[in-house]
Amino acid sequence: MTSDDNRDLEYAIAEITEIAEGFGLDFYPMRYEICPADIIYTFGAYGMPTRFSHWSFGKTFHRMKMQYDFGLSKIYELVINSNPCYAFLLEGNSLIQNKLIVAHVLAHCDFFKNNARFSTSNRNMVESMSATAERVTEYEMEYGTHAVESFIDAVLGIQEHIDPQVVRPQKLDKQRYMELKMREQREQEGQPTKAQGDYDDLWALDEMKIALKSGMAALQELPDRRFPPEPEKDIVWFIQEFSPVLEDWQRDIMSMLRDEMLYFWPQLETKIMNEGWASYWHQRIVRELDLTTDETFEYAKLNSSVVQPSRHSLNPYYLGVKMFEDIEKRWDQPSREERERYGRQPGQGRAKMFEVRELDSDLSFIRNYLTKELTDELDLYIFEKKGPEWKITDKWWENIRDQLVYSRVNGGFPYLVVQDGDYQRNGELYLNHQYEGVELDLKYLERTLPYVYTLWGKPVHLETKVEEKTVMFTYDGKKVSRKFVG
Amino acid sequence: MDARTFIVSREDWSLHRKGYQDQARHQQKVREAIKQNLPDLVTEENIIMSDGKQIIKVPIRSLDEFRFVYNFNKKKHVGQGDGDSQVGDVLGTDGSQGQGKGQQAGNQPGADVIEAEVNIAELENMLFDELELPHLKQKDKDQLETTEIRFNDIRKKGIMSNIDKKRTILENLRRNALAGQPGIHGINPDDLRFKTWEEIVKPHSNAVIIAMMDTSGSMGSFEKYCARSFFFWMTRFLRRQYEKVELVFIAHHTEAKEVTEEEFFTRGESGGTICSSAYIKALEIIDNRYPTSSYNIYPFHFSDGDNLTSDNERCVKLISQLLKRSNMFGYGEVNQYNRSSTLMSAYRNINLPHFMYYVIKEKTEVYKALKHFFKKQPGGVRHDVR
Repeated sequence: MTSDDNRDLEYAIAEITEIAEGFGLDFYPMRYEICPADIIYTFGAYGMPTRFSHWSFGKTFHRMKMQYDFGLSKIYELVINSNPCYAFLLEGNSLIQNKLIVAHVLAHCDFFKNNARFSTSNRNMVESMSATAERVTEYEMEYGTHAVESFIDAVLGIQEHIDPQVVRPQKLDKQRYMELKMREQREQEGQPTKAQGDYDDLWALDEMKIALKSGMAALQELPDRRFPPEPEKDIVWFIQEFSPVLEDWQRDIMSMLRDEMLYFWPQLETKIMNEGWASYWHQRIVRELDLTTDETFEYAKLNSSVVQPSRHSLNPYYLGVKMFEDIEKRWDQPSREERERYGRQPGQGRAKMFEVRELDSDLSFIRNYLTKELTDELDLYIFEKKGPEWKITDKWWENIRDQLVYSRVNGGFPYLVVQDGDYQRNGELYLNHQYEGVELDLKYLERTLPYVYTLWGKPVHLETKVEEKTVMFTYDGKKVSRKFVG
Repeated sequence: MDARTFIVSREDWSLHRKGYQDQARHQQKVREAIKQNLPDLVTEENIIMSDGKQIIKVPIRSLDEFRFVYNFNKKKHVGQGDGDSQVGDVLGTDGSQGQGKGQQAGNQPGADVIEAEVNIAELENMLFDELELPHLKQKDKDQLETTEIRFNDIRKKGIMSNIDKKRTILENLRRNALAGQPGIHGINPDDLRFKTWEEIVKPHSNAVIIAMMDTSGSMGSFEKYCARSFFFWMTRFLRRQYEKVELVFIAHHTEAKEVTEEEFFTRGESGGTICSSAYIKALEIIDNRYPTSSYNIYPFHFSDGDNLTSDNERCVKLISQLLKRSNMFGYGEVNQYNRSSTLMSAYRNINLPHFMYYVIKEKTEVYKALKHFFKKQPGGVRHDVR
């Protein structure tokens, strides 16, 4: 890129930034970096420029890069949720492509900054991940590459099973909340808690783990004790805290990977919204620019390739942008019914959109704003496998809406909890799959349980449903067995 | 634009190699997985039936990123049509749809195994690394050398009959382009290029595999498949050691016949089994066609061990005769159900250094059989016949 090109780009960015601010978009200071394809694909595969090394990222990178080399896919940009916000632009983008991309990226950044799901995001994650990567490398030096790698294999196997709640019950962190519940349990059972001085709980705060251990010991005597006191969604945290076999460095790695997952989680939960929001705004912003005929043509080509509907799978860009436009329309020109029943005033479109981008995630976005009219217009349907064929089985809008909602529950991952951390009074781990009508992939399950065993060090069990029957899978360190229960 | 809220920069990324490093690590893991899976791969149908393809796809277990996921096939999905979709429309049949969604491959289990592309040559290297040819004998022909001529070099001087027209024209084009007059014209002696040859002196070495197999009624498809896999790898292994490897197929039940390769592996016959018939046929073929002075001979016999009891003694005698002419004699018994076999009870007592036997009970043991017959001699010197 010549210095002329550079100046043109900077000039365009300044103009676009001004327009975006004029529309009311609110973003962090921006850092644009122009980089070659293999770098942008590396970042895409790792999710972050500074993430630790692992072969699975290399595998993803290889696949993505190959698709690029064969011209099957192209990443034009990558934007990082951080303050300042980093945006990576693909070297060789034309000026008009970059205009679209910059507008798109600004809307993403606005979303990161203002959506409630991101309110607890660590905005220094670029640096945190870089520190994590360094620490992992140090552990590799100290404990051996193979040991660290196979441990990370195991942790990645359960990495989605964290508790991403933004709101914490009684504002307590996990350990304190658990302590509280255990104390309640002891008191319910009528067991006199140890004679406590007024300040004893302060000691416990200092040495929470000892408190929990002694709590566990006190519970030993109870005939009906439960540990954890309530089913625990955060399996990674639970294992990291209570596994009897982990070394300090292993707990450290687990907690770092958990932080990374917590950071990525809101992005999983707002994919449709975030892409829809960004696509909506790049269209509006580019409309404000003075483009030549050629530029308009090139812009239209790129724009349509981004938001084009795809058969069989749902393009989140397309669905998202259509839904935002629908919201704008319905709040700008409410129907008579909407005016009379909900007292909706016309002309509220943009204001409503900004409210939605702040308060919703994909789940509530679809549940609250996907309408029958839009479902029909987009020609959405439900399909499933019947025998060897994939068939359309339903076109009723409420079912489609609900199905979309289901598919977004828990980021699209099965909902698993720790039911018992001391199963059979033998310290075994009992996980329970909260079955909601979709079975787990059993082959994958049987290959993942050994990972959990690696982390827990004692037999692990997983209860789920197979063909409407409750089944318990067990891995005892040698083989996976299954038996029907109940 | 006074208080700029953005920066545009362009670093030098050329030293950022993380993606490639981890990609290399992944490929290394794939190779390790292949190595661990050798016993499975040796009998992989894709390979045995590959008909000389150089790159084949083989399933590799253990390199997926396993996690708790939903069963993709039992789930409902939301899709989007062109505006006229109807309930009951078929979107695709298994295989073409569902698993082909590359974008989301990360959180969907495709098949339970992933396919890796393997170069047969690479696989051979891994496998044959662990094998060695035992009991090599010096043959007369070792001293016989053949001279081969191979055109493998280009020079500016040479005889006109060996002119390389294509390269000459290329040179002319290049020179004219440099001179600013593109096109083919004015070929001068400087442009001429000639092919030239090298003489390669090779020791001449031959081997012949006498593949004998029981085709009686008791040999089922499993037994034949094991034998087939074994002969496939054995042929390839010997091809590495010898310049020329010939195969002779002898099928037998109560009498033996020389057959073609296809007949050998596909033909099934009924009736009893007399193994000695095959051995007699083998001796006959060796004596007629393959003088021991110039051939390394490897008779291998596969059977299910169900021989006519009275014939066993003859077999043992014939084997010792065969051994006088051969480098080694291998007997492979495919015995899926671990029956006691009459032939094996006789062979167990043969105590000749060049006679070897192995019982294959399941597919993965073909690999073990290969390793058994061609095991590396501890501390032995590796002879390369070539």
